[in-house]
Amino acid sequence: MLQRFVNTSNAMSPSVPLQEMIRAIRSARTQCEERGVIQRECAAIRAQFRQADNGGRSHNLAKLLYVHMLGYPAHFGQMECVRMIASPRYSEKRVGYLGAMMLLDEKQDASLLITNSIKNDLSHSNQYVQSLALCTLACMGSAEMCRDLAPEIDRLLRASNSYIKKKAALCAVHIVRKVHDLGELFAPAARSLLAEKNHGVLHGAVVLITELCERNPETLERFRKTVPDLVQIMKGLVISGYSPEHDVAGISDPFLQVRILRLLRILGRNNEAASDAMNDLLAQVATNTDSTKTVGNAVLYETVLTVLDIKSESGLRVLAVNILGRFLLNNDRNIRYIAMTSLQRIVGTDHNAVQRHRGTIVDCLKDQDASVKRRALELSLALVSATNIRSMMKELLLFLSSCPLELRAQAASGIFNAAERYAPSQRWHIDTILHVLTTAGGDVRDETVPNLIQLITNTSELHCYTVHKLYRALLSDISQQSLVQVACWCIGEYGDLLLRGECQETEPVQVTEDDVLDALETVLQSHMSAPATRGFALTATMKLSTRITDNVDRIRSIVSIYGSCIDVELQQRAVEYNALFKKYDHMRAAVLERMPVIEKNSPGHTNGESTREAVKEVQPAKVKQAETLLPQQPASQVCDLLDLLGGSEEPLQPNPAVGSTLPVLPVSTSSTAGGDLLDLLGGLEPTPLTPAPTVTVYEKGGVTLTLSSEKQSDSGLTVTLTACNSTDSDISSFTLQAAVPKSVQLHMKAPSGDSLPARGAAKVTQMVALSNPNKVNLKMRIRISYTSQGSAFQDTVQVDSFPEH
Amino acid sequence: MMRFLLLFSRQGKLRLQKWFTPIPEREKKKIIREMTTMVLARQPRSCNFLHWKDLKIIYKRYASLYFCLAIENHENELLALEVIHRYVELLDKYFGNVCELDIIFNFEKAYFILDEFLLGGEIQETSKQIVNRCIESSDMLQEYYCEGETDFPGTWRKL
Repeated sequence: MLQRFVNTSNAMSPSVPLQEMIRAIRSARTQCEERGVIQRECAAIRAQFRQADNGGRSHNLAKLLYVHMLGYPAHFGQMECVRMIASPRYSEKRVGYLGAMMLLDEKQDASLLITNSIKNDLSHSNQYVQSLALCTLACMGSAEMCRDLAPEIDRLLRASNSYIKKKAALCAVHIVRKVHDLGELFAPAARSLLAEKNHGVLHGAVVLITELCERNPETLERFRKTVPDLVQIMKGLVISGYSPEHDVAGISDPFLQVRILRLLRILGRNNEAASDAMNDLLAQVATNTDSTKTVGNAVLYETVLTVLDIKSESGLRVLAVNILGRFLLNNDRNIRYIAMTSLQRIVGTDHNAVQRHRGTIVDCLKDQDASVKRRALELSLALVSATNIRSMMKELLLFLSSCPLELRAQAASGIFNAAERYAPSQRWHIDTILHVLTTAGGDVRDETVPNLIQLITNTSELHCYTVHKLYRALLSDISQQSLVQVACWCIGEYGDLLLRGECQETEPVQVTEDDVLDALETVLQSHMSAPATRGFALTATMKLSTRITDNVDRIRSIVSIYGSCIDVELQQRAVEYNALFKKYDHMRAAVLERMPVIEKNSPGHTNGESTREAVKEVQPAKVKQAETLLPQQPASQVCDLLDLLGGSEEPLQPNPAVGSTLPVLPVSTSSTAGGDLLDLLGGLEPTPLTPAPTVTVYEKGGVTLTLSSEKQSDSGLTVTLTACNSTDSDISSFTLQAAVPKSVQLHMKAPSGDSLPARGAAKVTQMVALSNPNKVNLKMRIRISYTSQGSAFQDTVQVDSFPEH
Repeated sequence: MMRFLLLFSRQGKLRLQKWFTPIPEREKKKIIREMTTMVLARQPRSCNFLHWKDLKIIYKRYASLYFCLAIENHENELLALEVIHRYVELLDKYFGNVCELDIIFNFEKAYFILDEFLLGGEIQETSKQIVNRCIESSDMLQEYYCEGETDFPGTWRKL
């Protein structure tokens, strides 16, 4: 039975006791039986540990380590590890050190006890013993151990054979990671190691230098001088003939090549001279490396990353992006995946180059693999622009209908953002949102409903079209809550348009009052409808009482039925609406008339405290939802913010809306009885808005620039810049430019104007939308340019912190 | 750097675990569970790369064993696949047509080989031949002194 495991040509003889135990454990048929075997074995092992040295110690420890790997506790072996490490026998040391690496970590006291052994073994006469010590130090050396042993490692870096040097180099890397200051100690030795011929040592040296440079900018400066040496070594690897020792599928030592490329990247970053010195080499590697196997592509991939990160010349950059383009067409899914992650990184800076591959990227949306799909989605969304919005949206909507569940929310919100930014027409925008709601209504964010409602109200010429479309959608499917809510709201608002039957944009359909009320009642009664949705439906029914003529009685009866509904929210509404029918019938028309156009949320609004609350109250929504009804997205139209930002006391007037002349009366959904309506009527004076906190970021030569910001979402921020001129002469051609850190996306809206009249007579405002998905430290540099009294002025200011709203 | 390397069977049984940063025992168990669940759930012809927390997980199946390597975000995924492949080649050379049983019954040797190839989360030796020769020499050292002698030849050096 043991024949199977006895010596192959070079394996050493197996540990019989260990293998017997393993077989015994494996032959256990149940978990319980296995536990029994293991308990017995552990008891035996413990007994053996207590005995004097009997020559079988390493076997016992090995057994324990196996048991540990199965998940059973083995802490009682820790001290045995310590003892074995101190043993003069190599076989015992070997297993002892292995045990230490598996059972001990720097947090345990026992690990301190091995420090001395490691120290001694580092200077052992036998290199394999030294190797054990080095390996263990690099694996689990605590900060103290590292400090203690650093000088010894430095010594080994300089004066030992290649076998030890390469291990000492990686030990040094571990030490530097644990104790940053010790980096300085190793820098000189690291430098001289670059002259070695042995690949293992070279590799270790490059890793060490990389670590030192990444941690200390001064060290990086000093190591820039090594760029020519590194280029030389790389050239040697790329041009050299076949080297059997290091060849992998025709590439000479790809592991070393990749590490050198990474170090070159760090050294060439932000440095023209260094980047120039490596330009030719990179071009050579990029063109000569065989890309038929993964290993070649690994080198090409690293080369591309380096080219794109340093100050490379444009020809080389184009070459790099083309390599990525080729990767996109590769049969290997892994290659396609990393091509997309790389393109994602440069889509901000090399947008046009990436656009050229848009077709292939969009095709990847149809890939079977979920990871590839995810990357393709992110990249596709980043590539949407005003010119390709229609075709891209077709693809994205197609994707949405068949994409995996975990990507739907991301896809839906990405589509909304794209539609918001680049919609070629209002109707297209509404159609797109409706399409998303029909396909993936369950995965959209909560704000979608109020956002869509607001969009619809603003597009007055399409009210008829929209309500027809929504009515049809409602008839076919009432399960998508967001869609149903919007549909109910529209039918309530624009029911009269629906009943009129004619519509310019779609085919006319005959809808009777009963049909409409049937539809709303279906929603009200369906078990699929969420409580909020039923609220929408009830209020819509109520609103129709002023828009229809024949069936008011039917509405009255619906409303009175729900007056005793178990759902408290619905009951409350029904009771209030009942009151509207009875005691306050004279006010009903005014209360239920058409909503005015809701202004999009602009900085200066505080949710829940502004006058907008009055406008919102009539919206059928939960009390909490009422506070968030104002859309969070930055305005795409330029709003005149001059009044609001100054924290002025002017009351807000609702914009003139279709057919409305009276200001809308607030109806609080938290009032208890119809009687309160009377009290609220008195409170018609809108309260002044609390403005967003503003900060003055620039004040020079009479020009003042203030900044206020408002968080729109987890990673989105809207910044508003306001400029004012307090000098005695007018300023013209006033422009602002902004720059942000690399991973942050910036979108500047059109400014309100470009002239600043003297003595602060008027201000210029400009809004900037920022997206900070990587949550980096947000900074913005603003360049101010203007002309005053015939001369041009320019200045720059940096903003390091943004007032949180 | 590499953060950890796990080998497990199709049934999720762990065959080897190498951790390159200090992690408490309980946390290790949790990570192992998550890795096995995630990797075993993947479709057959999927991409070999996964994202998990702030790391990239590179996995590849060889016969009945899954090799699962976690690397930091700035590391080269394609090279990580080559690292896994190199380790398999080393095991194969040592055991001769290596299979899962070899690794089960000789797990300590699998570790010794790994410790000659990787160190501190980085590649230690890029030449297959050198790694093999070192393992042979260490084995011979162990063999030679298993008979009970207690001291080492001072000049035993081989590369």
